[in-house]
Amino acid sequence: MKKIFLTLFLILASLQLSSQDLLDILELEAPVTENIVSATFKGTRIVNGHSIENRKNKELEFIISHRFGRINTGFEELFGLDQANIRFALEYGLTDDLTAGLGRSSFEKTYDGYLKYSLLKQKTGANAFPFAVSLFGSIAAKSQKAIAGNERTFAESLFYVGQVLIAKKVNSSLSIQVTPTYVHRNLATIAADPHDIFALGFGTRVKLSKRVSLNAEYYQQFQKLTSVNARNSLAFGVDIETGGHVFQIILSNAITMVEKSFITETTGNFFGGDIHLGFNLSRTF
Amino acid sequence: MKILSTFFLCLFLVSSANAQERFLTKKGMISFFSETPIENIEAQNNQVLSIVDATSGKMAIAILMKSFMFKKALMQEHFNENYVESDKYPKATFKGDIIDFESITTSETTTAIKGDLTIHGKTKEITINAVTKKTNEVIEMTGNFFINLTDFDVKIPSVVKNNISEKIKVSFRLYHKAYKK
Repeated sequence: MKKIFLTLFLILASLQLSSQDLLDILELEAPVTENIVSATFKGTRIVNGHSIENRKNKELEFIISHRFGRINTGFEELFGLDQANIRFALEYGLTDDLTAGLGRSSFEKTYDGYLKYSLLKQKTGANAFPFAVSLFGSIAAKSQKAIAGNERTFAESLFYVGQVLIAKKVNSSLSIQVTPTYVHRNLATIAADPHDIFALGFGTRVKLSKRVSLNAEYYQQFQKLTSVNARNSLAFGVDIETGGHVFQIILSNAITMVEKSFITETTGNFFGGDIHLGFNLSRTF
Repeated sequence: MKILSTFFLCLFLVSSANAQERFLTKKGMISFFSETPIENIEAQNNQVLSIVDATSGKMAIAILMKSFMFKKALMQEHFNENYVESDKYPKATFKGDIIDFESITTSETTTAIKGDLTIHGKTKEITINAVTKKTNEVIEMTGNFFINLTDFDVKIPSVVKNNISEKIKVSFRLYHKAYKK
């Protein structure tokens, strides 16, 4: 009797073994894959400054950015809406990791060109890596005619910017970026103005819903232009994504949208009401 | 002594049975297709895991959502970020029974498969038809079926309503081979 029970038990146990859940077997058989973290930021800009995001291979993006005048100019200027600085740009993905851009801003009739390269990617799974690193370099040329007696050479109209973008997508709703920045200005208006300015940028994105996020960005300068009494730039933005468009609404104490300018030439006091309303609108082709 | 031999016999039966009874693929293909007058969207996944238990006629499929490849990288990003939320729901799964599994032969037969499909954390019972073929070494299955995005709580925002179809055609090709542990 005892033996029969034992035999039955063993047969049952063996049946149990063979009916092990099929999905569990698949779980065991699944290869460990390398998983590149994507969409750390929605757009190629956090607010004014670049994010680690690149345009993908052969993608062309047309960006129109706009900054109105200061909100505290009052009703006569319709809270800044009477003035505007506009930048048009075409940005193109040469490869998945290398983006080139050309832009033109109405402020000081500035042309700018940049290259951005994605050096390291944040990864999970196999070959996990905790953050992403991109390199950014740009040249800007001011083309506005100088007032008589203040003429400058072409070389004196040039500005160079180098940035190391270090970003981490902490979870699906929070991303952060730290951006060491170097700006070189060929022309110093007065002797007290530095040619070289170092700055450290901080940026973040908090997702409010699947297609809407809140962004903030701050650049701390370590040298400042005394001729214009420069301040650190602070900006807040809301990203709204709709299919191939990303629409960003921005509040910033800077009126410009190129690195050399909003990082080192911002004069507005955000908390004194020197706030510019603006937007970035991008369309990907 | 007798007990011991019974035990070993059982163990032997289990292990020997296992060697023949299960068929597995790690390179199954599943693609989907959305057709609208404005644009067609398609994506393909060639790393689908699927297993068939030949003794019970049960099968299971596991699909990693991030392995779906699109033509446009931005579409792929939106698919994972905004539609199926791959960080939250990394896998789609299917678990079900092959009806009349015994009737499958070495020549192609149409067989019904009934089970639970889980996408985006939502489960729905479906019955689909597959063209199947079985030898001692291989079980082949191909076919297609339609799913409704609303059944899996995948929402399409109104601005792209005309670009994405509510009904998605899913095609599969699973070439299972005898699975040895």
